[in-house]
Amino acid sequence: MSEKVLMKGNEAVAEAAIRAGCRLYFAYPITPQSELIEYMAKMLPKVKGTFVQAESEVAAINMVYGAAGCGKRVMTSSSSPGISLKMEGISYLAGANLPSVIINVQRGGPGLGDIQPAQGDYFQATKGGGHGDYRLIVLAPNSVQEFADMASEAFDLADKYRIPVMILSDGLLGQMMEPVSFKPTLTAEEIAEKEKIHLDWCMRPNEDEPNHHHHEINSLEIDPNVLETHVLDLEKKYKLITENEIKFEEYNINDDNQIVCVAYGTASRIVKSAIDQLSEKGINVGLIRPINVWPYPSNAIKNVLHKKVKKVITFELNLGQMVEDVRLAVNGQIPVEFLGKVGGLVFSPDEVIKKIEDNL
Amino acid sequence: MKVIAKRPDSLTDVQFTYCPGCLHGVAHRIIAEAMDELDMRNNTMGVAPVGCSVFAYKFFDCDMAEAAHGRAPAVATGMKRARPDMHVFTYQGDGDLAAIGTAEIVHAANRGEKMTVFFVNNAIYGMTGGQMAPTTLPGMKTTTSPYGRNTDDIGFPIRVCEMLNTFVAPYYIERVSLLTPQDILKAKKAVKKAMQYNKENRGFTFIELISTCPTNWGIDPIESLTWAKENMLPFFKVQNFRDKGAEAGK
Ligand SMILES: Cc1ncc(C[n+]2csc(CCOP(=O)(O)OP(=O)(O)O)c2C)c(N)n1
Repeated sequence: MSEKVLMKGNEAVAEAAIRAGCRLYFAYPITPQSELIEYMAKMLPKVKGTFVQAESEVAAINMVYGAAGCGKRVMTSSSSPGISLKMEGISYLAGANLPSVIINVQRGGPGLGDIQPAQGDYFQATKGGGHGDYRLIVLAPNSVQEFADMASEAFDLADKYRIPVMILSDGLLGQMMEPVSFKPTLTAEEIAEKEKIHLDWCMRPNEDEPNHHHHEINSLEIDPNVLETHVLDLEKKYKLITENEIKFEEYNINDDNQIVCVAYGTASRIVKSAIDQLSEKGINVGLIRPINVWPYPSNAIKNVLHKKVKKVITFELNLGQMVEDVRLAVNGQIPVEFLGKVGGLVFSPDEVIKKIEDNL
Repeated sequence: MKVIAKRPDSLTDVQFTYCPGCLHGVAHRIIAEAMDELDMRNNTMGVAPVGCSVFAYKFFDCDMAEAAHGRAPAVATGMKRARPDMHVFTYQGDGDLAAIGTAEIVHAANRGEKMTVFFVNNAIYGMTGGQMAPTTLPGMKTTTSPYGRNTDDIGFPIRVCEMLNTFVAPYYIERVSLLTPQDILKAKKAVKKAMQYNKENRGFTFIELISTCPTNWGIDPIESLTWAKENMLPFFKVQNFRDKGAEAGK
């Protein structure tokens, strides 16, 4: 890892993506992610990479589709309204099994909303958003360091499963400066080595005549029986991902927890400081922080439901989206409470503490 | 034995899905012939649209991507930027290119993306059963303009070559017709020139091919050719709009 430098989340994840071998990046400006596109515009040409400012998020995601079809490490980023426009393309990427990385620096919604941090796109990221039966792997960082680390992780997961991977961040993590250190930069040879696994399906020159190949990048299967097989294959892949890629953090989880909280991303940071303050008062509260929000760590939540835990409380910067997954995990065993904050506002530790104390 | 006619190598042996009298097959063939003659097949990638030619990814025997409706020029941009050593073309209908995909074609052309776009103009939405296209002629009846295209209400057909010709970057823009054997020979020349420029990475090249849709026009194939000559060609004039290669040669 490099020495620590102080950087905004948006710039840190951009730097980390370049180090992870991203040489193609297509995007359209939007607050609060514009530092990301600006960083790529400045730095990609220095490593012989390609940046195109697309005419829209629709075009940007389709450029990603084309580049991903060539088996290259490719990324796009946006914030909520732009991610909505990308949803068509994301469905096609998923349908065509194309590895790619999409970053959402979430802001307040619906509609144009505002430009402050929010978590209102959880449903869109984890339950679809585009049309059809598909899933994305969704990574949800809660610090600038984790945001940056997730860039290389996202590319590796995308390659491993031939799937679009989303990093679900927010305006706070994008704009905030924190110390961050970076993994070493992949060399051109290392990038080529990583991309080798795509050679048997991606679009590339026919160098191996007479074994002429005809590779198709496609999500269309007009015969229902063939489409059924295709979608069932996707399902197999999603099951495998669910087996292998669940990731969460336990914070102050112990046998004496009175309450267990569930929060991810920016919300989890505030819950952590509330838990610290409560433990000084002798109140024992734990936190399950999903790091990957799809696949979802349902068992991690289920496993902490022992006799002493009275309630589970979910904290989110929305009207209550992930709480539905928490309820599914808890499955009626104990009550599940919720505190949300909307409009691009972030709750204070005191608001979190009050919610917990009210439920003791 | 001497072979005097055969399927171009750049077409697979998958049977076309086109209606009798449809000219998509002719367009495919002359593009494939050009690819063969220029020995481009092994490092060319194509993008198929959404429309009657949606299965073009099965027909052209090079690597192919199937794009979402209208997005082919953006997909092709990503492909060319990822593989500048390869040659990229899109094949699109008028609904695909001039309605839902207007932004993508305008900006790909304006960036001067090094690709060839084949734009098949049949003045109607074929695939979905004959609805009005942005190129449907004034007064022309379709299933969604049952009383004829009313220009007061919905405006006039879009002339795409003329529109793209207002940009600085494009390298070669030409409108051709597929309505007579002589026209097809001329069209082939333009197609080949565009692909030659593509092979040489010269810049953005665009060929509009005036075509027919007997099935959805409700006119038999032979009469469709006459109808198109009389009605389409006066509005969509066959002409070269730009050829930077020829200018350079002067
Ligand atoms: C997003 C989206 N909207 C609508 C459609 C339905 N659709 C399929 S083909 C088509 C029209 C194609 O017409 P054109 O581009 O003129 O090609 P043609 O079929 O005439 O060759 C439409 C509207 C679609 N597939 N996707």
